[in-house]
Amino acid sequence: MRLRFVKRSEINKKSGLAIRGTAILLALLATTLFIAFLKLNPLSVYISMLDGSFGSAYRVKETIIKTVPLVITSLGIAVAFKMQFWNIGGEGQIAMGAFMASFVALRMPELPKPLLLALMIAAGMVGGGLWALLPAFFKARWGTNETIVTLMMNYIALKYVTYLQYGPWRDPKALGFPKIPNFSDNAILPNLFGVHIGWVFALILTAAMFIFMNHSKKGYEIAVLGESEHTARYAGINIRNTIIVSLLISGGLCGLTGMIQASAVANTLSYEVSGGIGYTAIITTWLSGLSAPFIILTSFLFSILIQGGSFIQTSFGIPQSAAQIIQGIILFFVLGSEFFTRYRLVVRKGES
Amino acid sequence: MDGLISFLTAAIVAGTPILFATVGEIITEKSGHLNLGVEGLMMMGAVMGFSVGLSTGSPAAAMLAAMAAGATGSLIYAFLTISLRANQVVTGLALTIFGTGLASFLGQKLVGQVAPEAIKTFFKPMVLPGLGQIPFIGQVFFRQDAFVYFGYLMALGAGFYLYYTRPGRHIRAIGENPGAADAAGVNVTLYRYAHILAGGALCGLGGAYLSLVYVPAWQDNVTAGRGWIAVALVIFAAWNPFKALMGAYLFGGLDIIGFRIQGSAIHISQYIIDMLPYVVTIVVLVAVSMKKSKEMAPPKHLGLPYYREER
Repeated sequence: MRLRFVKRSEINKKSGLAIRGTAILLALLATTLFIAFLKLNPLSVYISMLDGSFGSAYRVKETIIKTVPLVITSLGIAVAFKMQFWNIGGEGQIAMGAFMASFVALRMPELPKPLLLALMIAAGMVGGGLWALLPAFFKARWGTNETIVTLMMNYIALKYVTYLQYGPWRDPKALGFPKIPNFSDNAILPNLFGVHIGWVFALILTAAMFIFMNHSKKGYEIAVLGESEHTARYAGINIRNTIIVSLLISGGLCGLTGMIQASAVANTLSYEVSGGIGYTAIITTWLSGLSAPFIILTSFLFSILIQGGSFIQTSFGIPQSAAQIIQGIILFFVLGSEFFTRYRLVVRKGES
Repeated sequence: MDGLISFLTAAIVAGTPILFATVGEIITEKSGHLNLGVEGLMMMGAVMGFSVGLSTGSPAAAMLAAMAAGATGSLIYAFLTISLRANQVVTGLALTIFGTGLASFLGQKLVGQVAPEAIKTFFKPMVLPGLGQIPFIGQVFFRQDAFVYFGYLMALGAGFYLYYTRPGRHIRAIGENPGAADAAGVNVTLYRYAHILAGGALCGLGGAYLSLVYVPAWQDNVTAGRGWIAVALVIFAAWNPFKALMGAYLFGGLDIIGFRIQGSAIHISQYIIDMLPYVVTIVVLVAVSMKKSKEMAPPKHLGLPYYREER
């Protein structure tokens, strides 16, 4: 008897989902073993995580508030990933978006609320978009490796915000505490049904992104370019223009996340504004298979992981970094599972 | 002059962890695999090296543990990308997330702990007889600690291995054209596994240098992006371990310049100067990509999966 892997002639969407689901189940199993290894009862840890995410109205709101930035950032990252442009600069683009929005908020605090918020949103998207434009330009012009450039720019953006926080923007009224002044009330996003209005943005943007990626010319060009630069060139697609446009969208969405986090969540700017969202969103994006509707699902699952993770930190003394390990494990399993969507195992009897 | 010598001496120390990671990644990439998990591998090496060093007090055991941690981490990467043909970029990112998480998790109990005396004395700077007496060059290069000397030998050895030995030629052939190497009878899968694991072990050592010698105490996120700088330096060094020596020490200098400049008459915010290594990395990358010369080109098959049955 011989075992052999044979390439599947056609990738079945249903079996693809089933394999992905199995991978997540296996990842949960591995996570369970990891928790058991810590000499804790996995079941009670899981129950407590769910309690931490849904146990009260307040916790549900917190979970949704954590989902919103993940969804919007993931949508942005998905546009770039679809093109095989590895934008891992979400973190920096969020920070620069927050910086630009904060600049408007702190300079013009007395503007009427709708006008001020609209300006902040525009500024945030410009900030994030420009921060992504630079690596996109290098890539389009000279083929510079975007992975490293976007990542280096994360560090630069965060150092810059830190500089502002400890230097020129420091609040003199904060009694020596290094913080930037709080926004005026007009600069804070309103609530709808108890949660800041960012969740509405997230839903609208998801629908818009679905339409853009599946039913627009540019979305199609992005997908073709991601499949093969050769084909794209042959089809007469303007490659440079496609890279620039999609990265402006990608960075712009990350910048919007920055604006939302600064305005609605922190009410000010700080170097913690991005808080790892840019990195977590890479995972949620990949797990979603770069599909906008699935991004909502994976982002929601991950915010349960984050919200529940910080809850079990206090109740079980499990450090926050355990959540990071679990994220890594899930990603490993899903990455490994993709092999089985492309290949199937064939058992042959006798000679081959 | 004394100031310059002490600056350069410190630059070499600061460049050593980057050197190990850069050479490790060069060996990995020569096999045609782009492993973006360097940062995670360094963290795993840093935490395992430190905790084994703390409990045994033995420098050799600590270094072995760091290498084992780096090799184990890269085994996950190798299995996923070679055997299961997973996307190399995303697998590398996953490894970084996993590695930094694991290190900060295991390091929870180590925060504030200082490296044991036995290890600190073992890695005290020592003057090499003869060489250390050479004015300037000797003072900068040959009054260092044992780990730094090991770094010189490691980088030179790796360069010699890649360019002047049979297995070195094989691995370079695999990175350029795995199909041809396979047809010539080279076991592509075995070679790739071996070199990715070796590369991971070197990244682990780089991390251990940070926690055991450079700091030398445990602090969270001890690598602070050095793994990523190493990935960029591979391009800067044009996949050549000899050039990596120069690049790593140059970046070691950039790494410490902010700290050095503080006491001087120049008034620039520390946070602005801290951006320097990252800004320079970008400038270097762009400059390298602008002039596309043959010597600076990556291995032809870098980042692409190899399907034997579809050859």
